[in-house]
Amino acid sequence: MISAQLPILQVVLPLLAAPLIVLFRHPGLAWLVAAAVSWCSFAIAVALFFAVPAGGAFDYALGSWAAPWGIAYRIDSASAYVLVLVSLIASVVVTYARSSIAAEVDRDSHYLFYAMFVLCLGGLLGIAATNDAFNLFVFLEISSLSSYVLIAIGRRRRALHAAFQYLIMGTMGATFYVIGVGLLYLMTGTLNMADMAERLAGVSETRPVLSALAFITVGLSLKIALFPLHFWLPNAYAAAPSVVSAFLAGTATKVSVYVLMRFLFSVFGVRLSLDALHLFDLLVGLSIAATVAASLIALFQDDLKRMLAYSSVAQVGYITLGIALNNADGLTAAVIHLFNHGITKVALFMLVGGIVLRMGTTRFSDMAGLARRMPFTAFGFVVAGLSLIGVPASAGFVTKWYLVMAALERAHWWLAALVVATSLISALYVWRFVEMAYLREPAGDARRAEAPLALLVPAWIMVLACTYFGLETSYSLTGAQEAAAALARGFR
Amino acid sequence: MSPQTAILAALVLPVAGAAGILLARRRPDLREAVTLSCAAALFVLVLQLLPRVLAGERPAVTLFQLLPGINFAFRVEPLGMLFALVASGLWMVNSLYSIGYMRANREHAQTRFYACFALALACTMGIAFSANLLTLFLFYEMLTLVTYPLVTHHQDDEARRGGRTYMVYLLGSSMALLLVAVISTWLGAGSVEFTPGGLLGNELSNGEIGLLLALFVFGIGKAAVMPFHRWLPAAMVAPTPVSALLHAVAVVKAGVFTVVKVIVYVFGVERIAGLSSVDWLPFIAGFTIIAASVVALRSDNLKRRLAYSTISQLSYVVLAAAILAPLSVIGAALHIAAHAVGKITLFFAAGAIYTAAHKTQVSELDGIGRRMPLTMTAFAIGAISMIGLPPAAGFISKWYMLQGAVSGAHWNAVAVIVLSTLLNAAYFLPIVYRAFFAGPAAGEAVHGEAPPLMVAALCITAAATVLLFFFPDVPLALARLMMAD
Repeated sequence: MISAQLPILQVVLPLLAAPLIVLFRHPGLAWLVAAAVSWCSFAIAVALFFAVPAGGAFDYALGSWAAPWGIAYRIDSASAYVLVLVSLIASVVVTYARSSIAAEVDRDSHYLFYAMFVLCLGGLLGIAATNDAFNLFVFLEISSLSSYVLIAIGRRRRALHAAFQYLIMGTMGATFYVIGVGLLYLMTGTLNMADMAERLAGVSETRPVLSALAFITVGLSLKIALFPLHFWLPNAYAAAPSVVSAFLAGTATKVSVYVLMRFLFSVFGVRLSLDALHLFDLLVGLSIAATVAASLIALFQDDLKRMLAYSSVAQVGYITLGIALNNADGLTAAVIHLFNHGITKVALFMLVGGIVLRMGTTRFSDMAGLARRMPFTAFGFVVAGLSLIGVPASAGFVTKWYLVMAALERAHWWLAALVVATSLISALYVWRFVEMAYLREPAGDARRAEAPLALLVPAWIMVLACTYFGLETSYSLTGAQEAAAALARGFR
Repeated sequence: MSPQTAILAALVLPVAGAAGILLARRRPDLREAVTLSCAAALFVLVLQLLPRVLAGERPAVTLFQLLPGINFAFRVEPLGMLFALVASGLWMVNSLYSIGYMRANREHAQTRFYACFALALACTMGIAFSANLLTLFLFYEMLTLVTYPLVTHHQDDEARRGGRTYMVYLLGSSMALLLVAVISTWLGAGSVEFTPGGLLGNELSNGEIGLLLALFVFGIGKAAVMPFHRWLPAAMVAPTPVSALLHAVAVVKAGVFTVVKVIVYVFGVERIAGLSSVDWLPFIAGFTIIAASVVALRSDNLKRRLAYSTISQLSYVVLAAAILAPLSVIGAALHIAAHAVGKITLFFAAGAIYTAAHKTQVSELDGIGRRMPLTMTAFAIGAISMIGLPPAAGFISKWYMLQGAVSGAHWNAVAVIVLSTLLNAAYFLPIVYRAFFAGPAAGEAVHGEAPPLMVAALCITAAATVLLFFFPDVPLALARLMMAD
């Protein structure tokens, strides 16, 4: 049965497509392969999402080697949720990529771009699918290395510097992670995460295990750009080609958050990770610092992409806050925000791609009168921006509802107040754009120059998704609730 | 037409109207025809629901699930019926007026103006018919967003500043306080459904109820209870038709409507009457009434004076509801209708004066009544209604409020109403006196009445103000039904 092979096809298809693209070299053909593979991945992910039994998981033994000897893949509700998110964003972004990179990447490098894109996609999907801690590290590196190339592939020299900075920070993060895994292997003698979780129970409060927890948490915090380990992210997102910013903003940090949740809740378990090390207090503090500080910094950015990047740092704070609250609603908020913020940020970066194409700039002051020149782009930015704020009938609102509810359930009134207060700061930076685009006269040429449909249509699909998933929450929310339950349940 | 269809049509029609307005943007006459016909059709739709509601039916429709346990749903109860009738009825008149005003003043971006107006009405209908707090909250926020382009219509520095204040106060209060109030209700009562007799059982303690009420009252910034009132004067940078329909009727009434609805259908009048933790509300409302009147007294700018008068009159509704005596709550509901027709007349007159004579200050109005007799007569009727004298609608609502206050022995409230009546007279009657009895300054430009469409509109609303005094049956019946539910 082919359906039993879906977990491996999910990962292998994009990985195999990468060398194929390099062999073809032709930009059009490369795009075609990348697009076909991305959409196939999406179809597989959706199939897996609906096939995962409630409260259970799909196990897949690579090469039919049973678990302790071979590498095992395991798709439960949480991994299926992340697979759908990543492959959905990849599919929409790759459809959009063709016209966008034409403007931002040299034609000679197009095939390289697509090769790296599918490689990165394969890596990200592999992280979500695997149940082996070391295999996860391999996929983490595959996705990271390809994303360094993706960031640097544009024409801007600044991108080289940003990519190098990301490379240093990312490698440090991955190294920390692998040190943590090494320590765990030392104590448990296994790399299979399910076995690891089981054996950790006996040795839980030993020094190597606690050190492993610390290493893994810090390493992944670097990858998710948790404040104050976020410095690489704004530079990388601002310097990368728009399509790359869109793709990474919606997927890379999200997948790393998933890994963090997987380790904290499923492998180490709540008792050890949150209680023994007081990670709760630490995460709450860092999350608040992230949302407040990064939102304020975003407010004073002079570059649209940097503003969005800092906003991403702030939004990661909401996710980690949900993790730290550690109740059913908080964890649901964290998981659903992976999705909600993913689609919102992708929509915004894709619209910015259109602005770059037509205006050749992302400086804030050049956005004056944008609504006159690019009415659909500007309006889409506002609608997606409302989701960033968390206005009702937008995806962001659903997150906010659960986050505030989780804080109130824990009787942390001040946390609920902080969540709404920081969402008001995001209202300020979105409104700064609104005033600039709608209430200022364009300087110089005010002729209408809307982005081409090839960019506008995929971007608007994401914009409409922001509204759709704010009203009709049955898939996104039920999926998130099941994913949260699966993470909390662990491998039992 | 089944009532369910009528409810949905009332929500969809203005949105479709907005689309039609956008499509007809190159042909102004057609575009205005779309607005007018859409307004008329909406009024007819709402009117269709009236006999059923009066007969005791509560038409309801549930569309889909917003969040687990909370549906996107509508249910027409008497108070919402009253609000929808007032808003849709006055939209028709206001559309006539808008056409006169926007054309006479050669305003830019008229298509955007009419389209946003239609969307604002869709949101208003949504607020009026919401079956639960979350649906209401959704439309409440949408209303803020779609009226922002109307407030900043002129796109200059002043408009930007006004728009900023508007957003900060309205979005800030609702997201920081109202949302928390809604979620707390959900966590406390396990439901956010509007329930006759109140939704809260005995889950919450006395202190928690007081806190929740504070979150609601201040979170509903559109009710402009001090200190959350500053957005309303700021919104006066908008063209006058916007101030007239939205900032005297739809938006502000959405605020006090929500306050009354929350007190009646979430807290329950009987449930919280006599609780020590809700005593403070009449004082805040009373303070707002008096303080806003004093500011109005000192404002020379006519629209600003009207805005502060609105703040004061809105708190009448809050005060009347907060007294928690059945008669005064009826008065609160009536005042939603009575103040609407009176205040829209006053704003219409202010816009007519601006259009015909280019005057915005009260001190410039000497002798204007001789040049614009119809306008200023209508203004006088509106002023009488604000003061609460017969034969104007304001008298009826004030009568019920006073009756309720006296029957409940709320002497503080009685004193506030009496004092503010005097203050109202002190800031409205001098305008009427100047207009008709003071001599015009020398060297005045000669002008007559404003364009006929505008004059017609303000005559209609002035007539309605008087008619509502003689025939208050429908609003009264709806208000009584609300309390009987």
